[in-house]
Amino acid sequence: MKTIFKSGVLAAAAVVLSAGLVAPVFARDLTVVSWGGNYQDAQRNIYFKPFSEKIGKPVLDEAWDGGIGVIQSKVKAGAPNWDAVQVEAEELALGCADGLYEKIDWDKMGGKDKFLDSAVNDCGVGAIVWSTAIAYDGDKLKEGPTSWADFWNVEKFPGKRSLRKGPKYTLEFALLADGVSKDEIYDVLGTEEGVARAFKKLDELKPNIVWWESGAQPLQFLASGEVAMTSAYNGRITGINRSEGKNFKVVFPGSIYAVDSWVVLKDAENKDAAQDFIAFASLPENQAKLPEFVAYGLPNKEAASKVPADFSKDLPTDSANMTDAIPLNVDFWIDNAETLTQRFNAWLAQ
Amino acid sequence: MSAASSRTRRSLLLLAPLLFFLIGFFVWPLFSMMSQSVSDPAVLRLLPRSAEVLADWDRNSPPTIPMQTALMKDLKAVNDDQALGDMVRRLNSARSGFRTLMGKTTSALKETANPPVDLVSIDKRWEKPEFWLAIADALSPYTDRNLLAAVDLGRNAAGDIEHLPPDQSVNGVILMRTFWIAALVTFACVCIGFPYAIIAASLDGWKRDLMLGAVLLPLWTSLLVRTAAWFILLQEQGLINDLLRAIGLIDAPLALIFNRTGVIIAMTHVLLPFMVLPIYSVLITIPKNLMPAAASLGAHPLRAFLRVLLPLSLRGVASGALLVFISAIGYYITPALIGGPSDQMISSIIAFYATGSANWGMAGALGVVLLVATLLLYSVYARLSSDEVGGR
Repeated sequence: MKTIFKSGVLAAAAVVLSAGLVAPVFARDLTVVSWGGNYQDAQRNIYFKPFSEKIGKPVLDEAWDGGIGVIQSKVKAGAPNWDAVQVEAEELALGCADGLYEKIDWDKMGGKDKFLDSAVNDCGVGAIVWSTAIAYDGDKLKEGPTSWADFWNVEKFPGKRSLRKGPKYTLEFALLADGVSKDEIYDVLGTEEGVARAFKKLDELKPNIVWWESGAQPLQFLASGEVAMTSAYNGRITGINRSEGKNFKVVFPGSIYAVDSWVVLKDAENKDAAQDFIAFASLPENQAKLPEFVAYGLPNKEAASKVPADFSKDLPTDSANMTDAIPLNVDFWIDNAETLTQRFNAWLAQ
Repeated sequence: MSAASSRTRRSLLLLAPLLFFLIGFFVWPLFSMMSQSVSDPAVLRLLPRSAEVLADWDRNSPPTIPMQTALMKDLKAVNDDQALGDMVRRLNSARSGFRTLMGKTTSALKETANPPVDLVSIDKRWEKPEFWLAIADALSPYTDRNLLAAVDLGRNAAGDIEHLPPDQSVNGVILMRTFWIAALVTFACVCIGFPYAIIAASLDGWKRDLMLGAVLLPLWTSLLVRTAAWFILLQEQGLINDLLRAIGLIDAPLALIFNRTGVIIAMTHVLLPFMVLPIYSVLITIPKNLMPAAASLGAHPLRAFLRVLLPLSLRGVASGALLVFISAIGYYITPALIGGPSDQMISSIIAFYATGSANWGMAGALGVVLLVATLLLYSVYARLSSDEVGGR
């Protein structure tokens, strides 16, 4: 009796142990990760669902807030649980240099010449051209700000401001507000005096700033009246105007634009399906549907030409909007992001 | 003998799941966090030749030809992108600019048609001793730079420990703030949770169920949902401000969000169950006739409370306070959503290093500092509570 009991315990222990040690074997569905909010809602409608129908398998989608550490920990742990991810330009540069992404099969994408130059990379295919710009509620502010100097002017435009928490964009905007011309921003920021100048300008506005971290937050702040104006991703502003009948305005002069890209995580389980997905999402006829929902510029040249004029005037790639906008300097930020973030955190805490 | 040993074996077997759990989810992660914070193999692993040559360098003159040749050889021999990435990240963290410098250098070295003669011809920055100094300082397999930086210290060019300039590092300030916020939240939880638990324990039937349910229900709701709910309540045009204005108590909205007040309110609400439940569980074991007995002996209710109920329930208060305090120092979501910039706690800094810049050494070091500080506080608590038992 006792031995039966004992062997029973042993067997049970063996089952428990083996269940813990042997990973369950089942195939994960293609997992696509993007930036959430109304942008991802649009992507779900025009990319994820149609692609899922085309391949006859489910496509899972998740949202993230960026950070190369997130990607690195997934890839280094082995068998990442994401396949295709939309990343910002620095994450593309850093991850590609560090071998965190699969190389893109450009034949599958239809060839490099189909895309804007800035959208072509060994490890990534441009998904959108997007801007970070001043946004305000046109119903509450009849005469809105037109520059970053106005954004800093709390006497003329009373109320709180909101900016993305972190040095990127914030320092550039501070220098613009301080009168640095748009072509010299990164030269000035490359010097110690320039950085000090930017922080000094930020000191002026500090008591009035509410910081945001995820792209949906500035919309909530504007909608609730918590802030008078904010920096925001331009596409979301147009998106909420159309979906919820708001009258939010985007100020393109002084905005900073960058390209977001699709990447495939190294050794991801569905890496081939992920490349197929990216090819599908890069087709001109599919990409051209995006501006109806969110006003982001399209890196596929043919897609860009298919966008109706009604929608294209809201895009960062529209020539009128491009005139006084500034391209994000990716090299500057991959070199200086860590030091400047430390400094930014120290400044925030003071 | 054999019966005894088989009994030991059997009890070990029964304990095995617990042991595996402890090792897998407690000992191992803690150990790897600590080793991350001090180990520094990324550069040495890829640059063995440079390490030999750099040992003879005087640390301030321009780089010599052998140094450049050794580094070029080392870089040409690298065939693991991820290892190279680790090295570049480590170097860029010590000296901004290595990212683009290394990218340029490695692609120039791949050029086989007309190979570069030396590094300076690839990029002028290789002339500067600062970049070589960063490499030279990263060649030991163990480092204290992360742990030092976690407490706002660093080594200068001569290798002496000194304070970092205040505009570069404020971990100390944020750490103190973290403990201060946690202490305030604990205090608020005691003030609300103790009377609440006393009332709940003194009731019975549906009233007690109702009071316990009111504590448990939020506990079963996601932390994020509760924090978001507080966001809606506290904002300038939120329910609380609207209500206060409607009944005429205030004219202008109170600043309840993006400041310390909001953080304390929301965190107190989120953590209250951890205070109420331990106190409650102690209180229900106290015989109900003790307070009437004290009263029958002529004690004023306050005196009876101070001399009878409070000492008996103190154990519950102490464990509740410890639970709340230790949970509070790790808070991240609530200060991030409800707090302003001067309410961010140490977790947000750890999160930046872990997810934002992939500098796990620094994240680990801050974790170690937080852990040590918590253990110190816990040992003080354990000392105090054991004194109390000994005194009785």
